[in-house]
Amino acid sequence: MSYNKPLPKLDTLNKPFWAGAREGKFLLQHCPACGDTRFPPGPVCPKCLAGDQTWIEASGQGTLESWIDMHRAYWDGFKDDLPYRVCLVRLEEGPVVVSNLVDKTDNLRMGAPVKMVFDAVTDSVTLPRFALV
Amino acid sequence: MADMKDLKDKVAVIGVGNTRYGNFPDIDDYGLAANAFRNAVEDCGIDKNHIDGMLVCRIPYYARMGEVLGLNPRWTLTLPGHGRMSAMGIIEAATAIAAGQADYVALMYANIGRSRRVNYGGDESPGTWDPWGFTSPGAAHAMAFRRHMEMFGTTTRQLAEVSVSIRYHASLNPHAVMRNPITIEDHESARFITAPLRLLDYCLINDGAVCLILTSKERARDFRKPPVLISGFGAQETFAPSSIANFDMDFWYPALRAAGEQAYGMAGVTHKDIDALMCYDNFSPTVLFSLEGLGFCPQGESGRFVENGALSLGGTLPVNTDGGHLSNSYMQGWALNVEAVRQLRGECGARQIPDCEVVQYVQATPCTRSIIYTRG
Repeated sequence: MSYNKPLPKLDTLNKPFWAGAREGKFLLQHCPACGDTRFPPGPVCPKCLAGDQTWIEASGQGTLESWIDMHRAYWDGFKDDLPYRVCLVRLEEGPVVVSNLVDKTDNLRMGAPVKMVFDAVTDSVTLPRFALV
Repeated sequence: MADMKDLKDKVAVIGVGNTRYGNFPDIDDYGLAANAFRNAVEDCGIDKNHIDGMLVCRIPYYARMGEVLGLNPRWTLTLPGHGRMSAMGIIEAATAIAAGQADYVALMYANIGRSRRVNYGGDESPGTWDPWGFTSPGAAHAMAFRRHMEMFGTTTRQLAEVSVSIRYHASLNPHAVMRNPITIEDHESARFITAPLRLLDYCLINDGAVCLILTSKERARDFRKPPVLISGFGAQETFAPSSIANFDMDFWYPALRAAGEQAYGMAGVTHKDIDALMCYDNFSPTVLFSLEGLGFCPQGESGRFVENGALSLGGTLPVNTDGGHLSNSYMQGWALNVEAVRQLRGECGARQIPDCEVVQYVQATPCTRSIIYTRG
């Protein structure tokens, strides 16, 4: 069956991120001028306004900041997964990102250590998700 | 540069109006707004041709709105249909009047989301996190409330108090959409939408429109009803993380503190003076966040604060006496500002707060605002 969940909309800013994800890397935009690190990427550094931004690879380690279980499918592709779990993770490098927690347990707590896992959902798209350590 | 305190009590609300609230597939935004406008004009008795300022929100085209109503004002502003524009609009209109840009401003809001089946998630509002299935303002508030549970031990039974009190108020409001009283048990057994949030933590989606008419305090004496003064207001944005829409790691606490302090300082009132709080309740957790940020209780203690019906009429702090967004009508803050005016006029019947003198409005959102209204 073909993949029927929403796919990332590629643009000039996020293309390197999705290319990296395919290779099992989570790339964070980084400012060589002031060291600010962020996700999602932007056209300039929000701290110092430098235009030339680079990428660094996240370690994949993070902590659980929050999580929810979606009991409603806003896209038909999620209907068979209900309820599915969405998490908020603070990466070791600082940025906070939204993703899925693959663990089904209800025994969760804020601050729990998590690590990134990569899920190739199509030939061209790999989604970074998280698992409890 | 003028001190904000110079604007204290300078501008008044003289007229308010709204449509019925419900499901109206046969009338469009302009038709709903025109009905609310006519009711507000009737409410204060103004000659509509004296209105020389117009602010529209969630209405497609301001010029068509002017054509529909036969208005050619000298001040116009249009705001998008985001759930944070009401107080932004009222403050902008008040400052425009104080600056002399307009003498009488009509502010109109219309929503046709119910009859047009608006979902507030999925492909309607594409975002960074769609591939992971994270969408909708409700999901963002669920994420915030889970953090609150983890950090402070807040429970869903405490959260239920918000919905129960506000539904009780709706049961006293003959115009509210949802009028059957509910219990904490009803809340706890409602179906999950974005756990930990359940159906009864969510606002309604309904059609309707609201209008307010503002003028200077001096001009306000010439109209049918006693004026209600805009005594204080405050503002603070929190624009990161905007990629996680409708979310703040700190529950908008710093922004609420800032906006609240500005508003209290400008109005010269304290928490003890507030007879009712009109609180943007798109989802029940925002009421808890607002109580903490404004300082009605210390951060983390809103769960205990709301217990035993503290937010109900006769309780510590009546909140959303019209039934709010949760049970009266989803007018994105506009109807709550109208309710503040009606409470201060003493027009609220079974839900009237005795001797109501000071009412505060607050919206805990990326554009946090608070307005303090007093009797003129």
